[in-house]
Amino acid sequence: MTFCRKSLASSIALTTALMASGSQAQMSDDVVRIGYLADMSGTYRDLAGPGGLAALEMAVEDFGGEVNGAPIEIISADDRNSADVGANTVREWLDVQDVDLVAGLVASSVTIAVTKVLEEAGGLGIVSGSAASSITNEHCTPNHIHWVYDTYPLANGTARAVVEQGGDSWFLLTADYAFGHALEEDVTKVVEDNGGEIVGGVHHPFPTSDFSSYILQAQGSGAKIIGLANAGSDTVNAITTASQFGLTQSGQQLAGLLIFLNDVHAMGIDTTQGLLLTTGWYWDMDDASREWAERYYERVGRMPTMVQAGVYSSTQHYLNAMAEVGSDDPEAVKEQMMATPVEDFFSRNGRIREDGRMIHDMYLAQVKAPADSEGEWDVYEILSTIPAEDAFRPLSESQCKLVQN
Amino acid sequence: MTMIFGVPLAVFIGQLMLGLINGAFYALLSLGLAVIFGLLKIVNFAHGAQYMLGAVAALLGLQYLGINYWVALLLVPLVIGGLGALIERLILRRIAHLDHLYGLLLTFGLALIFEGVLVNFLGVSGSSYPIPASLQGGFQLGFMFLPTYRGWVLVAALGVCLATWFIIERTRLGAYLRAGTENPALMQAFGVNVPQLITLTYGFGVALAAFAGVLAAPLYPVSPTMGSSLLIVVFAVVVIGGMGSILGAIVTGLGMGLIEGLTKVYYPEAANTVIFLVMVVVLMLRPAGLFGKEA
Repeated sequence: MTFCRKSLASSIALTTALMASGSQAQMSDDVVRIGYLADMSGTYRDLAGPGGLAALEMAVEDFGGEVNGAPIEIISADDRNSADVGANTVREWLDVQDVDLVAGLVASSVTIAVTKVLEEAGGLGIVSGSAASSITNEHCTPNHIHWVYDTYPLANGTARAVVEQGGDSWFLLTADYAFGHALEEDVTKVVEDNGGEIVGGVHHPFPTSDFSSYILQAQGSGAKIIGLANAGSDTVNAITTASQFGLTQSGQQLAGLLIFLNDVHAMGIDTTQGLLLTTGWYWDMDDASREWAERYYERVGRMPTMVQAGVYSSTQHYLNAMAEVGSDDPEAVKEQMMATPVEDFFSRNGRIREDGRMIHDMYLAQVKAPADSEGEWDVYEILSTIPAEDAFRPLSESQCKLVQN
Repeated sequence: MTMIFGVPLAVFIGQLMLGLINGAFYALLSLGLAVIFGLLKIVNFAHGAQYMLGAVAALLGLQYLGINYWVALLLVPLVIGGLGALIERLILRRIAHLDHLYGLLLTFGLALIFEGVLVNFLGVSGSSYPIPASLQGGFQLGFMFLPTYRGWVLVAALGVCLATWFIIERTRLGAYLRAGTENPALMQAFGVNVPQLITLTYGFGVALAAFAGVLAAPLYPVSPTMGSSLLIVVFAVVVIGGMGSILGAIVTGLGMGLIEGLTKVYYPEAANTVIFLVMVVVLMLRPAGLFGKEA
């Protein structure tokens, strides 16, 4: 008993001492530590991975490598797309390494697990890679911000634009798991609300390497639009197969709901020409984005995806806020971030909402025809801008506990 | 229009055609596995990686050396097959006297190394390999549009399968091979160089995988991970056909392609599982596989 009381007393004393020192010093340990967590070797490697880490390093270097005299340190880890690995890594980062910001965060399952840890430990995270809109809806926490895009504008942007252009009958190829079903539901709603109709669809296993049978079914359906409610290698395989079977030549059109620059680059524009898609950013949008992308290209040897650009943009915004507040207190820094509009080479009309969603203009793009492309990475034509306020799920529909409805 | 279980006849035939093409492809891949297992008793878990190496070699050859598709189709299997022979000589031979399990683990490790190293250099998105000019376009068959290249895959894969079956079952070289694995000591006494025969056989099996890789390059994005997902299906095909049975691998490969194709029409959700379902049923009824001999 005596022992218990003693250790209790000493831990209280220790905690008080720590808290006191925390409030006295501006930076808790005189170092700003940023942890970059992403899939560095698996399916999502190319859209975020090592390229995202390079973007993070650029952001820190451009900022000068320190905040108010405290040097900035970067550590990184491969989450191997496993929620367990991701959550354990972040727990260790917060408890032992005193990490101030967790960046990257790609697979939605990992992100949701990590944000729970962040909430328990009172840390701060910025999500750049994940797609699930639930991250700032039912899974929102006061401890994370979702930066680049999510499934809501993907469905809303592409599907609505396609229906408005006359593509009113749809056949959906849906990956048979939670993400695909969620996307299918969103797309169906958008298509039907805008006067279109879903004439058929297939739930294909995840992953699938051979899409010829499904493409044949889609051709037979007579639908004007073949919507791809899948991602990554499934989308790539579906598009490649559709091209071989002459789908677009016979008058049907593909609509990709989640497509990254690296996917289009991998397939080549011969295969993907005419494809409609929604993106949060494109390197060739204007002078500012080009200037940054070219610096990135010199360093990495590839043009950045929207996720990699988002990592840079969000890190700079974080560091600016930290310098402004003069402390690494997550709550204070987040408040400052929310109070400052986000306007940079990545984001137009950007601001962080109370649910943690960073809303900004999104873009409807179309893959160029080979004749119009001036280089390996000259692949998108931006058709229209989806204003920030229209692109993302309105707060009035939010189930986030931080939102007063 | 005539309907077959709610599907128009034309669509049904089209799906059978696609199933047959995929089946020929499975047959080609399973064949290499069956040859290696049947003659050497090595469970070659590196087969998927060797298939991937074939596709990657074709792609890199085109990008950096300008080697065209037709040359690659001959050259790549030779090079990757040679690499396979080297692996047998330097690594696999050392564990030949141990349980099969060690061979399985060793080749699995090799596969992971090949894949990991290439992911580091090439990423995972993969790249596209253009369809050679003479095989572009397609035929309107009435019931479906058949891309020329897929037709070619069917012909090439079936041709190689039949040639392999013929060499092993109907020629003197094949007889030596079969005898050499049955009773190596006796064959050695007859003056046949059995270790060399084994090296060549493994190299040949690997060359078959690489050939399938070059065939697949224009169909799927070429990436370091393309082999791992296919490998497990191919293993199921070999198990259903009977481990080591050449004819079993070919017939089962085609059959599974057809069954998978029909599942994609009637219940797409199960398309990836149906082969394993068949495997379970076959193993329960005939533990040695459809064409296997009871040990």
